[in-house]
Amino acid sequence: MSETTEQTGRLIGEPGGGPGPGSSIGDILRNWLGVFARQREATIFVVAIALFVYFGLSDTSSFISQSNAINLFSAFAAPIIIIAIGEVLLLICGEIDLSVGFIYTFAPFIMFFMNEYYGVPAWLSIVLALVFGLVAGWVNGFITVALGVPSFITTLGTGFILAGLALVLSHAEPHPLPPATLTIGKYLATDGWAQFIWAVILVAIFHVVLTRTRWGLYTISTGGNALGAREAGINIGRIKYGNFMITGLLGAFVGVQVAFYTNDIDPLAGGYQPMFYAVTAAVIGGTAMLGGSGTILGAFIGAIVLAALLDGFDVQGINANSVQIVFGAAILIAMVGNVQLARIRERGRMV
Amino acid sequence: MTSQPEQPAAVAAAGDVLRVEHVSKRFGPVTALTDINMRLAPGEVLGLLGDNGAGKSTLIKIICGFQQPDSGRLIVDGQEVVLKSVDQARALGIDVVYQDLALINQLSVYHNMFLKREKLRGPLLSNRSMRDTARSYLSDMGINIPSVDVPVASLSGGQRQAIAIARTVYSSDAKILLLDEPLAAMGAKEAAIILDLVRDLKQRGDVSVIIIAHNYGQALEIADRINLLQHGEITLDKASKDTSVAELNDIVVAEYRRALEERQRQTQRPA
Repeated sequence: MSETTEQTGRLIGEPGGGPGPGSSIGDILRNWLGVFARQREATIFVVAIALFVYFGLSDTSSFISQSNAINLFSAFAAPIIIIAIGEVLLLICGEIDLSVGFIYTFAPFIMFFMNEYYGVPAWLSIVLALVFGLVAGWVNGFITVALGVPSFITTLGTGFILAGLALVLSHAEPHPLPPATLTIGKYLATDGWAQFIWAVILVAIFHVVLTRTRWGLYTISTGGNALGAREAGINIGRIKYGNFMITGLLGAFVGVQVAFYTNDIDPLAGGYQPMFYAVTAAVIGGTAMLGGSGTILGAFIGAIVLAALLDGFDVQGINANSVQIVFGAAILIAMVGNVQLARIRERGRMV
Repeated sequence: MTSQPEQPAAVAAAGDVLRVEHVSKRFGPVTALTDINMRLAPGEVLGLLGDNGAGKSTLIKIICGFQQPDSGRLIVDGQEVVLKSVDQARALGIDVVYQDLALINQLSVYHNMFLKREKLRGPLLSNRSMRDTARSYLSDMGINIPSVDVPVASLSGGQRQAIAIARTVYSSDAKILLLDEPLAAMGAKEAAIILDLVRDLKQRGDVSVIIIAHNYGQALEIADRINLLQHGEITLDKASKDTSVAELNDIVVAEYRRALEERQRQTQRPA
C-alpha cells in the first residue's frame, strides 16, 4: 500500500524522467502536476470534470441542456452547497450540526404561520424564518458550549425535536406558500438560476470570511488547538456559538428557498439527507473531520460532484437503488484519493 | 484613588511593577499554590525556579489572566487588579509565552505570530503586512526558517519556540513579560539567541521579565534575582549574585532526599 504512495510521490515530486526527446515536456507536465497536487481542492476538481465529461458524452442531448443545467446546479447542488458552508465552518472548529436539515424543514413553516395567521408582512415573515434559524443555532451552541454536551448528541436531540414540531404543527400535511411571499420567492429560488446564484454569492462571502478575516483564523485555531487558542486569548465558546448560528441561518435559508422552488411547504422536506450530503461534500472537498482544516471552495466543488452524480443518474434513468451504490463508491474513491494526495503533499513539504 | 501626577515619587517608592500577595490556587483536591508572595521591579529579570509540579506554570497562568486565583491579590503598577482574561492582562501590558507555546499547527508562521494581534485593513486581514513584519522580526532575531508561509506543524521544536517568543516579545508592547521555559526545546545555539533577546530587553530597561528555567546556570546568567518555588510557596528570594548553582542544587537535592526518606518510611511501615 505504501509502495504505491511512494511510486506516485516519486512520479510527481521528482523532476526529470528518462533521457531523450520529450522529457522536457514530461518535466513541465510533472511540475504542473506537482503544483496541482498540492492544491487541496485538486482531486475533487478532477473528479467533477471527469463526471461532467462522462455524463455529457454518454447522454448528450438531455445532460447538456439549459433545463438540466438549472436542475443540476439550482435544485440539486445549491441546497447542498449552502448547508455545506455551515458544516465546513463547524467541522473546522471541531463541531458538527446534525439538526440543520430539520431547521431547513421548520423554517418555512415559521414564514407560513407568521404571514397567514399573524398577518406579518411577507418580507418580515421570511426574515423571522431566518431569525428562527439563528435562534436554533444559538440553542445548539448553548447546549454544546455552556452545558458541555458533544455537538453530535446535542444536534441529534434538537434535530428530533424540530422534526417532531414540524410534523405536529403542520398536522403532517404540506402547506401552500402564502401568496404574498411569492414575489420575494422569485428572487430567492423560483427564477431558474436564482438558487445557484445565491449559493455562489454565499460561497464567495464565506470563503473570504474563512480565509481573510479574524473569524476564520479563530475558527481554525479553535479546532486546531483549543487550549492554545484559549491561551492566546481567543474566546472559543463565542466562535462555536457563532458558527452554529451561521449554520442555522443557512439551513433556514435553504428551507425557505426549497419551499419556493417546490411550491409547497412539506413537513417531510429536509431532514437528514441534505445534512449528510452537505457533510459529504465538505469531507470530499478536503475538510478534516477532526477539525483545524477545510475549505469552502472544496465543499463547493464537492457539492457539485454529488449533484452531478444525483442528476446524471437521474437523467440516465438508472434505478435509484443502484445510484446509492455508486454514490458510496464515489465518496470512498474521492476520499482515498484525497488521503493519498495529502500524503504526497506532506512529502513535498518535507523535501 | 488615582495617584497624583505631581507625586511620582510615591509610586516609585511603592516601586514594583508587579506584586503578588498571598495568592493561592487549588485544582479539586490538589493544592497548586498555597501562599505566593512575589515582587517584580521595573526593568528586572526574575528567574523562577522549582521542581516539576511545584506550581510555576500555574503562577504564570494566574499573572497572565488565563486562570483566576482562589485568594490573594495582584497589584500592577500600584493598582490592585482582578484579571478575568488574557486580553485584559494584555491591555495592562502583561504578556506571556506559555510552556506549551499556544501555537496553532494548521496556521502559517505569520498567522501564528499575529494571533490575537492581527493587522487589519478594514474587516480583512492584512496578510502581506503581517507576512513582511513576521519575516523581519525573525531575521532580526537571527531565527532561520524556510518560509513564514509554512504551517508551524512543519517546524522543529526550537523553531516553534522561537516563533512563540517572537510573537510575544515583538508584536506587543508588554511591560511585563512572562516566559515559561522558553529554552526547553532549544539547542545551545537557539538558546543563545533567546538569552540575547532577554538581555536586549533588560538593556532597554522598560520591560520586566519573569523567566522560568530548568537550567540553573542559564537562569543565574540571565536573571537579576532568583525565586525558588517549592510546594506552592516561594522559599528562596535572592539576588543572582548572592546565590549559586551549587546552593540551588543543594536545596533541590535536599528536597529529593526528603522525598526519598519519606518513601522509604512508607515502604518499611507495612513490613
